[in-house]
Amino acid sequence: MTAAGPKIRFRDPQIEMAHGAGGKASRRLVEGLFAPLLFGSLSEPLVDAALVSINGSQVAITTDSFVVTPLRFPGGSIGELAVNGTVNDLAVSGAQAEKLVATYVLEAGLPTEILESEVRAMAQAAQNAGVSIVGGDTKVVEHGKADRMYITTTGIGRPIPGLNIRARNVCAGDKVLLSGPIGDHGITILLARGELDIEAKICSDTRSVLPFVQAIAAKAAGGVRWMRDPTRGGVATCLNELARDCDLCVTVFEERVPVHDAVRGACELLGLDPLHIANEGQFVAVIAPEYAHDALQAMHEIPGGDQSLIIGEIREKPAGTVLGSTGYGGTRVIDMLVGDPLPRIC
Amino acid sequence: MKFVDEFRDAAVIKKAAEEIRRLADPQRHYRFMEVCGGHTHAIYRFGLKDLLPPNIELIHGPGCPVCVLPMGRIDDGLSMATDPNVIFTAFGDMMRVPGREGSPLEHRARGKDVRIVYSPSDALKLAQRNPDKHVMFFAIGFETTAPSTALTLLRARRLGLANFSVFCNHVTIIPAIRAILDSPDMRIDAFIGPGHVSTVIGCRPYEWIARNEHKPIAISGFEPLDILQSILMLLRQLRAGESKVENQYKRVVPWDGNLAALKALAEVFELRPYFEWRGMGFISQSALRIKPAYAAWDAEQRFRVPGIRVTDPKAAQCGEVLKGALKPVQCKLFGKECTPEHPIGALMVSSEGSCAAYYNYEHRKAPLASIENAVGVPA
Repeated sequence: MTAAGPKIRFRDPQIEMAHGAGGKASRRLVEGLFAPLLFGSLSEPLVDAALVSINGSQVAITTDSFVVTPLRFPGGSIGELAVNGTVNDLAVSGAQAEKLVATYVLEAGLPTEILESEVRAMAQAAQNAGVSIVGGDTKVVEHGKADRMYITTTGIGRPIPGLNIRARNVCAGDKVLLSGPIGDHGITILLARGELDIEAKICSDTRSVLPFVQAIAAKAAGGVRWMRDPTRGGVATCLNELARDCDLCVTVFEERVPVHDAVRGACELLGLDPLHIANEGQFVAVIAPEYAHDALQAMHEIPGGDQSLIIGEIREKPAGTVLGSTGYGGTRVIDMLVGDPLPRIC
Repeated sequence: MKFVDEFRDAAVIKKAAEEIRRLADPQRHYRFMEVCGGHTHAIYRFGLKDLLPPNIELIHGPGCPVCVLPMGRIDDGLSMATDPNVIFTAFGDMMRVPGREGSPLEHRARGKDVRIVYSPSDALKLAQRNPDKHVMFFAIGFETTAPSTALTLLRARRLGLANFSVFCNHVTIIPAIRAILDSPDMRIDAFIGPGHVSTVIGCRPYEWIARNEHKPIAISGFEPLDILQSILMLLRQLRAGESKVENQYKRVVPWDGNLAALKALAEVFELRPYFEWRGMGFISQSALRIKPAYAAWDAEQRFRVPGIRVTDPKAAQCGEVLKGALKPVQCKLFGKECTPEHPIGALMVSSEGSCAAYYNYEHRKAPLASIENAVGVPA
């Protein structure tokens, strides 16, 4: 007699771009196929990094692949993203990145000059983030079988003392803190692809958010309930995941959400919601109300953190939902991203 | 941001909402149809229903071009993409609309050359860059987008571009409004008129609605204040017992329309004797086709179009929702079989479709209406 295998709920007949866009379809794929086969039953909500215990000491581990096109864009490049993305996944999981390894998938015909400049970008970003790259692997595929280069980075980190980040810690009354203006990265990439006749002075926000997380931890560690970096799918998607995981309502005061004019303009023209646009250098944190002031002050004290602010709060109901409230008394449901509005942004 | 911020000013919006509550007769129930899907989207996105008294009901109209396109036309268009030499291009809105064999996006995942363009002229440029391929543009939209298709066809002829064609699915708004007014279950008191369409056709084509049908109409912009001002205009007319066409969107809509755009339309397009609208059936003289002089760029002339007709799933009540007879949530499939991720009807696909707008912005808060008002910015 054979034991019944794990239950696979993912029934989509083929993989679509939406499965990689970070929204609902991605979640269905991970929860419906990867999780049952690889992780067994999920006792904890999925997070950006796994906490594992090795010989009694806690280590955070995460991995991320980067397939952005174009490789270079205003404000950054794939190499920089590959380091910052993994450093940030660890940071918002409450860990300080220590070591990274990197894997390159290269398309035959890629000019060495481009590869070299991306490796240099990685070295620089690693230095800035205070992390060392200790190993890696390189594979080359035939011309036409990949889009120039893909990079995967895997990082391990040390837990930042005092931080205990879990959606289940979140309570009604907690405040939602956002680190700065949203949508810069996604819109920059969209415009950098040159398919739209729109020009705007805007650049990607790619950066390590570790210094901010450390600053908040130093001043308000006991009040940090949850953190996430709103990359693919944007702030709306990560808040929906939070709402679902903590079974509470996240209320966003929409007029407080900072968005650069160029991003707002592009979103208005293209019918996109800035809350769905990817970021690479921001994070959202849920802070206990009595610590909110200290956390905000900690953010404001370091360069690049001056635009952080409280954009919302946690309410009891409607549970599992993100509500947006307008300054004039209207409300709307802010849903997760459905489909894939922007191709290959990270 | 200019032309946006001043129309989202909280103090002014609150004042307009107060004025609406003051003018609305509590003894009366008002049914206003917003014709355009852009308005439907804005009403939900900005939570405007929360600002209106309960006796003002907004009915969502047929002005979402993706929603009114019958599934057979999507299959017709996709049938051309089976030719490996063809690049199928369309606006992003079209990409997730299901045909019988899946949406354009699903065809792309299976290896078909399906690409999103942001304007027909982008499709034309793609044809210039790929002289060994044929680029077909799947054209949809009301009079809003038809002029850009017309100008692109004029340009294709001027360039003598042989590897470019347009599959024309352009429709016109006035016959759709007429069909709604003719429908026996029609109970609409006034119209919030389409803003973008009117930038092209102007305000005159609506005069018969006011004159013959005695329904007030206010051509409206898309910001929260625009829509509230239009509702105010309609209330004032109803109070005064008037019915006329008012132009709330004067900053964009000229009374006589855009003559250059109308000229381009007349040069390239002619009316089809009839065209099928999803959920509404065949409506005579309600769509455009490409004139014989431009047949070389007309995909319907260049390709064998199978002329597929697909009946909508019986349980789906898209037609009733489109005509405003049912609310999205009253459809049997809403939120169950039919969701934005797995749309059955097109109203669930396009962000301008009333079902998608309702699903995305409204339905989960609906049972909790009592707490909606509690959600405000704390001091």
